[in-house]
Amino acid sequence: MIPRALWTHLEKDLRIEWRSLDAVISMLFFSGLVVVLFSIAFDPRGSFSQQIAGGVLSVATMFASVSALNQAWAREIRHEVMDAQRMAPAPGAELFLAKVIANFLFVTIVQIILAPFFFIFYNLDVAGQAWLLALVLPLGTWALVANGIFFAALSIGSRNRELLLSLILFPIFIPALLAMVQATTTIFTGQGDPTLWIKMLVGYDIIFTTASLLLFDVIFHAE
Amino acid sequence: MKRLAIGLYVVVTIALLAWGLYQAIWVAPLDVMQGEIYRIIYYHVPSASVAFLFFAICLVGSIGYLAWRRHQPGKAQAADAWALSGAEVGVVFCTVVLTTGPLWARRAWGIWWTWDARLTTTLVLWLIFVSYLLLRRFAAGPQVQTLAAVLGIFGALDVPIVYMSNRWWRTQHPAPVFGGAPGSGMAPAMVHALLWNMLAWLCWGLLILYLRFSVERRRQKNAAAEAREALESNV
Repeated sequence: MIPRALWTHLEKDLRIEWRSLDAVISMLFFSGLVVVLFSIAFDPRGSFSQQIAGGVLSVATMFASVSALNQAWAREIRHEVMDAQRMAPAPGAELFLAKVIANFLFVTIVQIILAPFFFIFYNLDVAGQAWLLALVLPLGTWALVANGIFFAALSIGSRNRELLLSLILFPIFIPALLAMVQATTTIFTGQGDPTLWIKMLVGYDIIFTTASLLLFDVIFHAE
Repeated sequence: MKRLAIGLYVVVTIALLAWGLYQAIWVAPLDVMQGEIYRIIYYHVPSASVAFLFFAICLVGSIGYLAWRRHQPGKAQAADAWALSGAEVGVVFCTVVLTTGPLWARRAWGIWWTWDARLTTTLVLWLIFVSYLLLRRFAAGPQVQTLAAVLGIFGALDVPIVYMSNRWWRTQHPAPVFGGAPGSGMAPAMVHALLWNMLAWLCWGLLILYLRFSVERRRQKNAAAEAREALESNV
């Protein structure tokens, strides 16, 4: 039931990544560095590490994914692929969604590989319901990637586009970041109930994914 | 005639500002609990209202631009000029809010800043509109107006979410003073002074907004004339 254009784009992006592994390797190393740097800066031990771990994890994901998001459209600039995409009769929303799914998978892979190191460096033991992390992290990652792909497409034609992406993305992402940090922190510390924050993440994802799908053609064909 | 009207408006605005200052500093009574520092409210609250109003103008202008850009380019250009001037002047007023707030909070609460619903919302709003202005600066070419309009809409979508998220998180900002819980409200003389200042700063803000709008319209006309000249010239 997957629309054909979406599937084609997704397959192409996954194949490019599989052959080069550019995005995954750069994200993995970068987020690993962030985790190590924070670990050195704050010297996490005991309950203190439980309190900051959620924030570190979210911010590390955020910084790392920007490197992949910048590459997401830059790949299409060579050989005028972007112009070809614009002329193709396929709806832009499917192209957008394919990019989001591909990059969502990349970031998720990075998180899964990084997780054991994260637990080692921060001496973490999860006091709350650990399985909820499998809900919170994908929701937060989706919020980040969906907005990030959208704004990367928005800033592709500008000077300083790599910097501009972060400058636009981070302010808009703040509520989702807050919800993600609060939810992961309550799960790590086991104090409080993350349900409200998970609901907020779901709401944020729905609102911004819908808005992006509706407005993507506008920015993609902006001239 | 138009020039005379604007000149008259400037005179009235300056008179209102002077009157507002007089009301705020000399007429309004001293606050029993807070002392003199409370008088910041006469600048903080009007600036906040004006900033939020101008961000709303930016949103409306952005939607107008997107709606008209294909069929009515003239109207769309005007809407874009409103959106740009709303964002720019709004950021200035928002900066005033974010400066006066901590000055007051340091005395009243003993801290400069706290991550409270209204403070965070205002700060995020400021950040979003600064990024909007940066986009307008960095993105080159004719597509910048469309991109900025889309970002304006995204920014507006974000505001209620930020506000709600922080309400659930924590809130320290004074509850609504007017029509709030029993015991809230201000002395009539204070309300009086506040309303005068609201009016004065609104008039001032609208004046600056209009000036910025006219500058942008002229820039658009010059750019259009240049483009036409380049097309018509036979090199």
